[in-house]
Amino acid sequence: MNALTQLFPGALMILGACFVPLFRGRARSAYVLALPLLSAAHLALFSLGHQGSATLFGYTLELVRVDALSRIFGVIFHIAAFLCCLYAFHVKRPLEHVATLVYAGAAIGATFAGDLLTLFVFWELTALSSVFLILARGLDEPERRERVFRVSMRYLVIQVGSGVLLLAGTLLYYQGTRSLHFGRMNLEESPGALFIFLAFGIKAAFPLLHNWVQDAYPEASVSGTVVLASFTTKLAIYALARGFAGTDVLIPIGACMTAFPIFFAVLENDLRRVLAYSLNNQLGYMVVGIGVGTELAINGAAAHAFAHILYKGLLLMSMGAVLYRTGTIKASELGGLHKSMPLTTAFCIIGALSISAFPGLSGFVTKSMIVSAVGEAHLLVIFGVLLFASAGVCDHSGIKIPFFTFFAHDQGWKVQEAPKHMLLAMGLAAALCIGIGVFPSALYALLPFPEAAAQYHAYETTHVLTMLQLLFFAGLAFITLVRLGVYPPELPAINLDTDYFYRRPLKRFVVESYALASWVRERTWGMALGLRGRALASLRRNHEPPRGRLGEPWTAGATTLFAALMLFTLLLLTSSAGCGGGEDAEANDARLLLDRVGAIEGVPEQAFEARMERVEVLRRLPLRGESLIAVREACAEMHGALLEADVQNALIHSIGAPDEDTPAEELARLERAFTAAEAAAARVVVHRDACVDGTATLRARYAPDRRGSE
Amino acid sequence: MSEHLPILMVLVPLLSAPLVVFIKHRKASRVIATLACALSACAAWTLALQMSSAVSYPLGGWRPAIGIELRVDFAGAYVAAIVSTIATFAISLGTRGTREDVVGREMFFYAAFLMCVAGLMGMVVTGDAFNVFVFLEISSLSTYTLVAMGKERRALTAALNYLFLGTLGGTFVLIGIGLMYQMTGTLNAAAVSARIREVEHLRTTHVAFAFLAVGLGIKLAVFPLHQWLPGAYSQAPHAVSSFLAGTATKVMYFQLIRVVVSFFGVAYVFDTLHFGDFLLPLSLVAMFAGSLSAIFQPSLRRLLAYSSIGQVGYLTLALSLGTEAGLNAGLLHLGAHAVTKTALFLIAAAFIAQVGDDRLDRLSGLGKRYPLLSLGFVLGGLSLIGVPGTVGFVSKWALLEAVLAGGRPWLAFLILASSMLAVVYVFRVVEVLYFRAPLANAPPLARERADWGSWVPAGLLVLVSVGLGVWSELPSEYVATAAQSLFGGAR
Repeated sequence: MNALTQLFPGALMILGACFVPLFRGRARSAYVLALPLLSAAHLALFSLGHQGSATLFGYTLELVRVDALSRIFGVIFHIAAFLCCLYAFHVKRPLEHVATLVYAGAAIGATFAGDLLTLFVFWELTALSSVFLILARGLDEPERRERVFRVSMRYLVIQVGSGVLLLAGTLLYYQGTRSLHFGRMNLEESPGALFIFLAFGIKAAFPLLHNWVQDAYPEASVSGTVVLASFTTKLAIYALARGFAGTDVLIPIGACMTAFPIFFAVLENDLRRVLAYSLNNQLGYMVVGIGVGTELAINGAAAHAFAHILYKGLLLMSMGAVLYRTGTIKASELGGLHKSMPLTTAFCIIGALSISAFPGLSGFVTKSMIVSAVGEAHLLVIFGVLLFASAGVCDHSGIKIPFFTFFAHDQGWKVQEAPKHMLLAMGLAAALCIGIGVFPSALYALLPFPEAAAQYHAYETTHVLTMLQLLFFAGLAFITLVRLGVYPPELPAINLDTDYFYRRPLKRFVVESYALASWVRERTWGMALGLRGRALASLRRNHEPPRGRLGEPWTAGATTLFAALMLFTLLLLTSSAGCGGGEDAEANDARLLLDRVGAIEGVPEQAFEARMERVEVLRRLPLRGESLIAVREACAEMHGALLEADVQNALIHSIGAPDEDTPAEELARLERAFTAAEAAAARVVVHRDACVDGTATLRARYAPDRRGSE
Repeated sequence: MSEHLPILMVLVPLLSAPLVVFIKHRKASRVIATLACALSACAAWTLALQMSSAVSYPLGGWRPAIGIELRVDFAGAYVAAIVSTIATFAISLGTRGTREDVVGREMFFYAAFLMCVAGLMGMVVTGDAFNVFVFLEISSLSTYTLVAMGKERRALTAALNYLFLGTLGGTFVLIGIGLMYQMTGTLNAAAVSARIREVEHLRTTHVAFAFLAVGLGIKLAVFPLHQWLPGAYSQAPHAVSSFLAGTATKVMYFQLIRVVVSFFGVAYVFDTLHFGDFLLPLSLVAMFAGSLSAIFQPSLRRLLAYSSIGQVGYLTLALSLGTEAGLNAGLLHLGAHAVTKTALFLIAAAFIAQVGDDRLDRLSGLGKRYPLLSLGFVLGGLSLIGVPGTVGFVSKWALLEAVLAGGRPWLAFLILASSMLAVVYVFRVVEVLYFRAPLANAPPLARERADWGSWVPAGLLVLVSVGLGVWSELPSEYVATAAQSLFGGAR
């Protein structure tokens, strides 16, 4: 048991995913289904407050941190992973199973990450694994391959970009606070926090950062969309709740998120894209809840995320089943399916009622917490926006989705009911939706602040009445508009979202700048080549290998030119920075000379060898100008003589004062040493004036205070 | 015995080269070459793991200042170990990839390869400036020969091109060394660094440094001087391009570090000459231009080659910081990229041996056919991007830390932004491998299964790059020691 808690929650899914390709057929499906269950059992081993640490790059990392907030997300991620695997039971290719398991495991790992670096690792892993769910669609439908590839590259770049921001933010945050702990952060505290906030914001699909959701999710495979919609954005919600609870700016951001997708969702024809817009809108509620930041609001956000994963999964599963059976998901092509797919219809309606927060279903008991929290905080405008958005949700997700798919005008589809495993997955999700709606206390006990949740009662008369009023009016509006023929018709058209304004120009920019670069290159080199064109042409005819030119952008000559240019630049840089500085050579040399003389004087007298060496250097110093050379000679001579005198002195000392016993040869040596010392002293006298005066003059003239006077 | 390790690393391949030519036996030549590289690698690893401080080896027993000194410090041992190991892996690719490329000329091929290894190892271990030039020329001349042995005729153009530019670089280095000798009167690294302080105000010293820097810059493929690299890497025989990709630019980078740190001194190069301000913009351009070009390349090996140019940008960026942390990051990235890029080139070789040429679209749908090779490519690619869990992340993290410690967060952003380009070019290959149907009109594959000789070395290197990403303290700690002893509180 102890060994298992060394692993992070979700590890079993990631590790287990590696072995999926080893199984075949039914055994593989069973194995895939078993992994989330095993992982859930693994999670149950961790007690609240558990902390596991690891060391990486010399940092102590908090690999696992279990508290109430991470636990509720961990639980729902496990449920979602199981439902997704069940829903994808029919998928033969191991690729999607592996991607799903790794993705879910990474999301769970990220939920329990106690520090920013671990969070980043899992954050990137979710990005890298999830992109395969989109790419997989290209395998099913080869004619869409090109489009799917482009979509998935956009998705990947944005997701990895979010990770990159997170990493940069983490590093900056660490620089500021010397801590990697992932806890409550302040936007004002460090610029790192701002980057982390943005990284979360991208994944949470903040307004203007949201386009990847609508771009990528509807392009994934039938089961892929369900998987995608379950994890990434909710992980971001968790991260925001952990790091930025009570950050005021989240309230307007969230309100904006709830309101604006409604217009797009009402117009959109692709029903999975409608759901992607409504995903955005639902995230808005959670973001508002996190922004309000009271215990009730955080509870609401977590509970809403929990319920949301279930009913949004349910809706996407039902739409997926329709796509699986009919091959289309366009509202303009569907209708009347309730006859052939009755069970799917029923499940879809349960999901639709849940998302519309119909009393008795999960959406109601969770959304009302957020709305109440906003009301308690006296944010009237926001409160109004949320109510408006509720009506909007009811319109596009609650009524439009089931109405246009299963009812409306019968398009004469004769298809089978959804496969059994899909029905089972939908049935389980629907049962959970109803269960939470009827017995909210079970969910409330899991919430981050269970005491606050226990005091909250969703089924108060005012809540229920307000909600019902709202829903009936929304329904009334829908019916009236459809009857009057004013409701936007379901047209096979493409709606432009805000990303239109950056996607095209960005692509254009890249392409254009590339073209510009090659144009400039061709022009400049073309001119140079033109001069020698004829000679070159004949050379080329004779010497070119049969396969044509290398296709190299630059010739060796061009590179040589660059090398010369670099050399020139480097020399220019060094000469302006180094010694010269535009002064004449003599000043330079003089300064060098002074420097060397100073260096000799700087060496203590005992370091005889070192002094000797420096005198030698001085003697060899390459100088220009007669006067400088004279000074150099004088100084070298003088210092040489001083050293010589030193040597002889040492010798005299070593022999010591003579007496009667001193042998004759010792006396002779002493004699010689005395003579040599005197001669050296004489030479010092001869050269001293020239040296001292010369250096003094030079010092005065060439302002030596910069260097050499050390 | 163990005190002779520094010279053994060089001598074994150097003496095996003529042996291979004399024996004139195809199979024996391959065995000898592999053994020689492996022995050299053993020597390098033994030295790297057992040394406690820099090792000095007086050649022929002459005192360093008079005779030639071999000097191996931690960083040198690290680079030598990498170079010799990668040589062993690349040469053992042998079987198919090499045999087809150089059929009929095996002994010359192996002889040239061994000379090239000897030259690179010599450059790393020598403590004598003139020897650096001598070994540089040994490795360069043999490299030109090796590149010219490529299967296609275009290899000749590539080799000639490389010859022109390589000679230019070598000449610049020689001029630089000559000027340095003129100023200091010695060629021994330790003696030069002791005496250079006394002449560092003279313009000749600046010029010496400029020539050395630009000369090594050409050999290192610093951005505008990189033009020889794509041709050479994409046209050489597979064993050679795998070997060059992992070692040639790395040894030159190490040499540049030594010129900066050991010969001229960090304070002088960065404070007086402002070399960092010169190198930094070039590195940044390289990071982006190299990766952008890689995205647009039509063939696998050219894609990898251009990615190398981008990666050299990271290396020089790390050096241009002029701090110990930067040096640490540079050395780490040197090792990380050497392992990763060699693995990728080896995998590319295995693919190309199957499909015949290296245009990207010929690889369509091979992911299913060769699951292990393709998985290896994906893992290597992730390391190139710098995804956590791979050694590429370890080095990129060190680089980011170094940049931020220098107080330049915008640089960190540029580094991360350029990693995004790596995401695109790696996933371009992944998409071709896994998400495209095999070409309908493609000629039949050469062989149903990729042969052992091509994927075992590649697989091992991929495992190393992932393993070192997980147990990241193994490389980090060694390199930290190396950087510290090299830098030695120079600033």
